[in-house]
Amino acid sequence: MRGFRTTRRDFIKTAGALTAVGALPVSMVELAFADSQNNFTFAYISDAHIQQIKGAKFVRNWDRGLIRAVAETNLLQPKPDFVVFGGDLAQLGKKEELDHGLEMLSKLNYKFHCVMGEHDYYYDLGKYWSELFGPHYYSWDHKGVHFVTLNSILTSDEWTFNRWPTDEQRMLEMAGLDNPNGSPFMVGEKQRAWLRKDLEKVKRNTPVVVFSHSPIQKIYKGWNFWTDDAEEVQALLRPFPDATVVYGHVHQIQYNQIRNITFSSVMATAWPWPYPQSYAQAESHLPKLTVQMNRADPFFERDATGWQFINMESGRVAMNYNLYNNTDRTVAFNRKTGHPEDSVYQAADRRIAPQIHY
Amino acid sequence: MAKKIMIPAVAAVVAVVLASGILILADEFTKKDVKRWEDEFMSVVKKGRELWVSPELGTNGVACAQCHPNAANTHPETYPKFQRQLGRVIPLRDMINWCLQNPLEGETLKADDPKMVALESYIAYERRGVAMAPGKH
Repeated sequence: MRGFRTTRRDFIKTAGALTAVGALPVSMVELAFADSQNNFTFAYISDAHIQQIKGAKFVRNWDRGLIRAVAETNLLQPKPDFVVFGGDLAQLGKKEELDHGLEMLSKLNYKFHCVMGEHDYYYDLGKYWSELFGPHYYSWDHKGVHFVTLNSILTSDEWTFNRWPTDEQRMLEMAGLDNPNGSPFMVGEKQRAWLRKDLEKVKRNTPVVVFSHSPIQKIYKGWNFWTDDAEEVQALLRPFPDATVVYGHVHQIQYNQIRNITFSSVMATAWPWPYPQSYAQAESHLPKLTVQMNRADPFFERDATGWQFINMESGRVAMNYNLYNNTDRTVAFNRKTGHPEDSVYQAADRRIAPQIHY
Repeated sequence: MAKKIMIPAVAAVVAVVLASGILILADEFTKKDVKRWEDEFMSVVKKGRELWVSPELGTNGVACAQCHPNAANTHPETYPKFQRQLGRVIPLRDMINWCLQNPLEGETLKADDPKMVALESYIAYERRGVAMAPGKH
């Protein structure tokens, strides 16, 4: 809110006080596992949208979101093995925004991996981002899980290279979520070929977890809650019984199951987005499984934003949503039903009025 | 008294109508008129859309569309309503002004400011077809 100022030091003090009274999110409680060797946790922060106003001035509201997520992640007990940043660190892909974002992310006490978002990419096509964070897509193995990071926000060459007179304009056209001049996201042929090859050497019983910025499923094209070649990517993951896709971009809680693949979105630290069904002129395909997040109260500027703590539970994602001004949510894969479920609100009669969007 | 004044006035109108050869009736309009009214409205909607995505509306570069793509989650059909955070019943424009002051760190607009009318027009247009629900939370 206007005139509201909290320094990082103040926050840490507050956080310390919270720890003392045991009011920290449930996810920070130590979890016991049957086979502790295979189980681990990681944290997920996404969509910070660090936005430069001028010079060293940045939009305070978005800064506060990232600072808070980093500070709280550092308080996790047990410590996560690593942190993933899910893309859209910058708002308009500027060096200043990426630098300032990295400055805040550097406060993390853990190793972190970054995913490319469209707001990071369309100014210089990820050139400066690469200097800071490395390759646009890559994979690694950790405690028996194969992790893949995709750059899923690519689009046609014509749109990328031939349509816009300047890099700035290209960035602005893609930055507007509801801009009809935008273009559908895709992973693209080259990266799919790489993924096919990458997965060839992975044993079929290995849990595979893919991190992408856009959903590798089709929800609403108008806002790019969408990946154009989603089915092709899903087909590459089909041989793996335990496949998971974690995505950002949508600034809201979504989850779904498509055959073997579990989909879980993550929250933004910057601001929440409406569910596509709230746009009266459009048809959306929000997964039926999803119990929606509470409607946001704009008077609490961090409401309906947050970050995630993920328990790998022997190969499947249990997503703990740490929501700043709402009750936390946990969405975990249920082996009995074969799909992700909210731990409290899944049954129709358990849902609460604020989860009804219109 | 009133009659006396009315008679010359009516006579004058009749004279004009006869002179122009057109019968003017207040409730008659043509397709052309309808088209013009739609065009006038849509030109204001278009201005509203331009303001909606403009980084210049506030002072920090944040645009309305950043949080409200296609003006979604603005619920114009529910206003006037009790805005519990403000403790009173308000019209939609009070929330527009709240957003201008807070997330956009800018100045409020007067009710008759053409910019306010344009923003209201755009919001209502994106919500067309939705039933009125005044007071609904």
